[in-house]
Amino acid sequence: MNKKIWAAMCVLCLLGVLAGCSKKENTNEEQGTSPSSEVKPAPASAPIDPATAASVSGTVTFAGAAPKGQKIDMSQDAACKGNNMAETIVANDGKLANVFVYVKEGLGDRTFDVPKDATTIDQKGCRYHPHVLAVMTGQNIEIRNDDETTHNIHPTPKDNREWNESQPPKAAPIEKSFAREEIMLPVKCNQHPWMKMYVNVVKTPFFAVTGADGKYEIKGLPPGDYTLAFVQEKLGEQTQKVTLAAKDSKTVDQGFKAE
Amino acid sequence: MPALHNLLGALLKATAIPYNRARHRFAVFAASVTFLLIIAGALVTSNDAGLSVPDWPTSFGSLYKIPHLVGGVKFEHTHRMIAQFVGFLSIILAVWTWRADPRRWMKYLGVTALGLVIAQGILGGLTVLFYLPPAISSAHAALAQTFFCVVVLIAVFTGRTWMEEIPQIESDERRPSLVTLTLLSILVLYVQLILGAMFRHHGLSWWPHVVNAAIVAIVLAWTSIRALSRYSAIDSVRRPAITMLALMIAQLCLGFVAFLTRVAWGHDAVQPELPMVVSTVAHVAVGALLLATTAVLAVQVWRHSPVALREHIPSRERKPVAA
Repeated sequence: MNKKIWAAMCVLCLLGVLAGCSKKENTNEEQGTSPSSEVKPAPASAPIDPATAASVSGTVTFAGAAPKGQKIDMSQDAACKGNNMAETIVANDGKLANVFVYVKEGLGDRTFDVPKDATTIDQKGCRYHPHVLAVMTGQNIEIRNDDETTHNIHPTPKDNREWNESQPPKAAPIEKSFAREEIMLPVKCNQHPWMKMYVNVVKTPFFAVTGADGKYEIKGLPPGDYTLAFVQEKLGEQTQKVTLAAKDSKTVDQGFKAE
Repeated sequence: MPALHNLLGALLKATAIPYNRARHRFAVFAASVTFLLIIAGALVTSNDAGLSVPDWPTSFGSLYKIPHLVGGVKFEHTHRMIAQFVGFLSIILAVWTWRADPRRWMKYLGVTALGLVIAQGILGGLTVLFYLPPAISSAHAALAQTFFCVVVLIAVFTGRTWMEEIPQIESDERRPSLVTLTLLSILVLYVQLILGAMFRHHGLSWWPHVVNAAIVAIVLAWTSIRALSRYSAIDSVRRPAITMLALMIAQLCLGFVAFLTRVAWGHDAVQPELPMVVSTVAHVAVGALLLATTAVLAVQVWRHSPVALREHIPSRERKPVAA
C-alpha cells in the first residue's frame, strides 16, 4: 500500500474520530443543563382546583443510635473557616433531616409549569447550603460562592449532562438547570473533597426535603391514590401508598433504620 | 564448544561505544523526575483532586499563570507543572540520544519516549475534558509507568556497565527459560497495573486486582529465584533480581495496608484521609519501581543469555571492545 493510501486512511480515521466527538457533544447538549429559558416548557395539563386540593405531611424518623457525625478537616485551605461536620446522616432526637420526599406515582401524565424563580445553592464555610436540594426539571438553580476561596461545582449525574465549573470568590452566580429527572444527583467540589451535596430533579412540584425536625409537607395535590417516596442519600428509598380525598390533610410518617 | 558459544554471544552483545557520563546522568535525572511525577499523579487521584482544575490545556484559563495552590488545586497543578518539566526533559533526551548515540534502536527509543510523554499529556487532558472516565484515566495511569520504564531503560542503556561490560553469557537449559519468565513477569505486572488502575478509577471492583496479586507473587518469586540460582555470579542480573523480590514483598504489604485503609475501613470516609492517601500513593510508587526493575531484569537476562539477538551498530561506529 503506497503512502498516499495510508495518508488518506489516516485522514478518514481522524475525520471519523472528530465526527464521533462532535456527535457526542450534540447528544450532551440535548440532555441539556442550560438555564430554563432554553428549555421549552411542556404545556400544563388540566389545572388543579385549589378548592379540592389536598396535602400530606409527616415526620421522618431514624430508629436506633444515630451514627456519630464525622468532623471534617478543612486545614488544607485556610479560607475554609468554622466547624464542619459530615452530613451523611443527620438525626436529632430520632428525627431525620435531609430526606427527599416526593410523589413518585399517581399523577399520571399531568404536566406542570416550571417555577420562574430560581432556587439557590450557596457555598459558605466550604459546605453546601442546602445539603439536599429539590427542583423541577428545567428550573433554574443559582449557585453562589460566599467563601473567600475558589470552589468548583461538579455534578456527577447518571441521566443529565455532567459539567464542572470553577467559581472564584465574589464571582457572579452561576445559573444552571437539569433537563431530566434524577434522584440524589451528587454534586461535589474537587478542590475541597469533603464538599458534597445532592440535587433531586423531578417533573412535578410535589416534593419536600425534611428539615432538622424531620418534618415535611407537600401541598396542593389533587385527590387521588399516590405513592410517596422517601429517599435518603445513604439509607436509600422507602415508599408508602396514600389515598387523598378532596381537601384531605393526611399525616404520613416514615421510619428509617440504621443499615 | 559452549565456551566458544558464550564468547561469541558476549561479543555480539557488547556495545563497544564510548560511555558519555553527562548523557547517562541526564537520563537518570529524567527517570528520577518521572518517578516524582508518578507520585504527584498518585497524589492527585488519592486526594480526589483530578478535576479541581476544570480546564485543559490551560489552568483556570491561563497557560503560564500559577493559580493559588490550595485544596485540590495544589495537587493537580503541581502535577501539571512537573509533567511539563518531564516533557521538556524528554525533548532534550530524545534530541541528545538521536544526535549522540550511534545505536539506531537507541535513537528510536529516545523518540519513543518523547512520543509516549506526548500521548500521556493528551490522555491527561482527556481525563479532565471527559470528567475522569475510567478507561482513559486507567490508560493514563498505565502509560505513565510505561514511560517511566522506557526512561529507566534509557538510563540503563547509557550506563557505564552496559556500555563497557563484556556480557558473561550463561546458558539456561531449563524451561521455561529465564528470558521467558522475565517477559511473563512483565506481562502479569502490566495486567496487575491495569486492574489496579481500573479499580482506583472506579471502573472495576477490587477483587480482580487482589486475585491477580497472588499470580504476580508466584511468577515474580519464580523468576527471581531462578535468576538468583542460575545467574548469581552476574551482578547485573543478581541486583535487579534481589531488588525485584524485595519490592514485590514491600508491594504486597503496601497493597494490604491500602486495602485496609481504603476498602475495609475507609469506604464511608467523608474525605481522603492521611493513612489511605499515604498507603495508596506508596503502593503506586513501589508498583512503578517494581515494573521498571522487572524490565531492567528482563534486558539484563537477555543480555547474559544465549539468545539469538544482537545490538546493531553501524560498522563505521564500531570500536574495539576493551578487554
